[in-house]
Amino acid sequence: MAEKIREFKGRAVMPGKVSGEAVVSRQGFNTLASFQKGAMSNKKIIKCGDQNNADVYGKALSGKVLCLPKTIGSTTGGMVLQTAASMGAAPLAMLFSEKIDSLAAAGVILADVWNGNRIVTVDSLGAEFLAFVQHDQKIDIFDDGRVLVHQS
Amino acid sequence: MQKYSLQLTDEEKEILAGKQGETMRKALESVVLYGQIFGAEHLAPIGGSVHLVTSFGIPLLKPVFSLVDELIAAGLKTAKPFTVDPRPMDFQNVPANILEKFIFKKIMYGKQAQYEEQLRKVGLKDDKSFTCTCYMDEVGNIPRKGQILAWAESSAVVYANSVLGARTNRNSGLLELLCGITGRAPVFGLLTDEGRKADWLIEVKTKSLPEAQILGSAIGMKVMEEVPFVTGLTSFLGEELNQRVKDYLKDMGAAAASNGAVGLYHIEDLTPEALELSRGLLKSGYKTYVIDDAELKRVRDSYPLMWKNPAASPKICFIGCPHLSLRQIYEWLEHFETELKSSGKKKLAVTTVMTAAPAVVDAFRNDKDSYSRLTGIGARLTSICPLMYMNNPLCVKKAVMTNSNKLRTYTTARYFTDAETARIAVEGGIHG
Repeated sequence: MAEKIREFKGRAVMPGKVSGEAVVSRQGFNTLASFQKGAMSNKKIIKCGDQNNADVYGKALSGKVLCLPKTIGSTTGGMVLQTAASMGAAPLAMLFSEKIDSLAAAGVILADVWNGNRIVTVDSLGAEFLAFVQHDQKIDIFDDGRVLVHQS
Repeated sequence: MQKYSLQLTDEEKEILAGKQGETMRKALESVVLYGQIFGAEHLAPIGGSVHLVTSFGIPLLKPVFSLVDELIAAGLKTAKPFTVDPRPMDFQNVPANILEKFIFKKIMYGKQAQYEEQLRKVGLKDDKSFTCTCYMDEVGNIPRKGQILAWAESSAVVYANSVLGARTNRNSGLLELLCGITGRAPVFGLLTDEGRKADWLIEVKTKSLPEAQILGSAIGMKVMEEVPFVTGLTSFLGEELNQRVKDYLKDMGAAAASNGAVGLYHIEDLTPEALELSRGLLKSGYKTYVIDDAELKRVRDSYPLMWKNPAASPKICFIGCPHLSLRQIYEWLEHFETELKSSGKKKLAVTTVMTAAPAVVDAFRNDKDSYSRLTGIGARLTSICPLMYMNNPLCVKKAVMTNSNKLRTYTTARYFTDAETARIAVEGGIHG
């Protein structure tokens, strides 16, 4: 059966060209609750520790393409993202269906400017993107904010 | 130099070209990129002092310590002294066994002393500046109406915007410090007139004054990060923004900020911008949410019970998240004494920890008679953050009760109204 590919277009917040596997949170993603436990244990592969998020609880986040509406929770969220990036344990990319929130924005900026760790980030991909994308699907991200979701 | 979409001053362009050093360049670049993402057209000078959210020396946050070290090495500090959220530990006044203390001191907050030293070097106001209610008179970080700020603590942000009429976005930790270092904040969102307009009309139609913590929770869950304009409260609160009303709004706002992501609310005929613009603050096409007693009950009934043993008797009671005002400490003393008298008891049955800013605690301690009455009934007074206490994996297993909806949201603590809290703290059992 031929592979189907669906294209979405968003805004490149932290541009980059990467490919990876999707992990999908359809509800607001709590950065602190998700990364805290794994980061405290200094693990290279952090699994989501947020028991309130059934979509991604227990799933590996490091090196994945995290698809989400936006981040929620503590205003330490940005620093936690920066910390995960400096440990080499952040998501490879973050794809927001909505406009990026101020906490996630701070996180990707801090990681990029202060530590040279780019988390490729695209926002405003739309509700249809989040409804379409599934765990483990291959995703290609381009500099101009184009996102290809491989539906195999 | 990278091309930015913001209009920058000559000085800002020079900083971004590295004329004031590489660290200052990175600090301003972070602030500019932050503004660019949210469509800011320019940066504005910060008028008031910064308030930081990161008060804890948790070893995990290595990049934070490195960044602050970089600021120190470059000789940079905030233009005005800043305040910061509460400290995480106080073993004199907050119960902790040997193992819990070990985890607090050696694992969780092992970098506390080092981090506080860093904060002093980049502009911390003083040793009494550790509180989430920096806007209390005794603490003194009180912004004026219209003043541009860069704060991060969510309960302080919503208070500064709503009750004081100052202007700050709900910033992430570290970004607020970088705004303070550069003396600038990007103008978008709650810094703009348009961003302060209300998306929601909230009609409070209850028979009596709603519990602040549940009303805030209901509003937060409904509007999330949008701006609500609340009617129907002045019939209970009056039209004077006195300390009692400010305390009510403090607790309501903290619940709205934590149960949702509210950064600003307006209260008809009461808060500064509502007094000036009234319903003119409502955006066209605003949504409406009616809150009556049944709706408040529905919201409260939706709170999950997270205790390991749901039938347990409470072991610790936390009152003061966000930190209590001086007036609230007196009010709780009165609540407890009334409840003890009617129960024929002398002391609280549940270990009760009340939290307030260090300067507020000092002010209460100076009233020796009242302080002696409070400690005499067994209550403890501290300035820690209960959330940081509950982050300890051993403490999180305890049956902790609280009157704070913020603490309930972020931890396993069980919520009770103020009246229930006073009764249970005295009697020790929940009785349904």
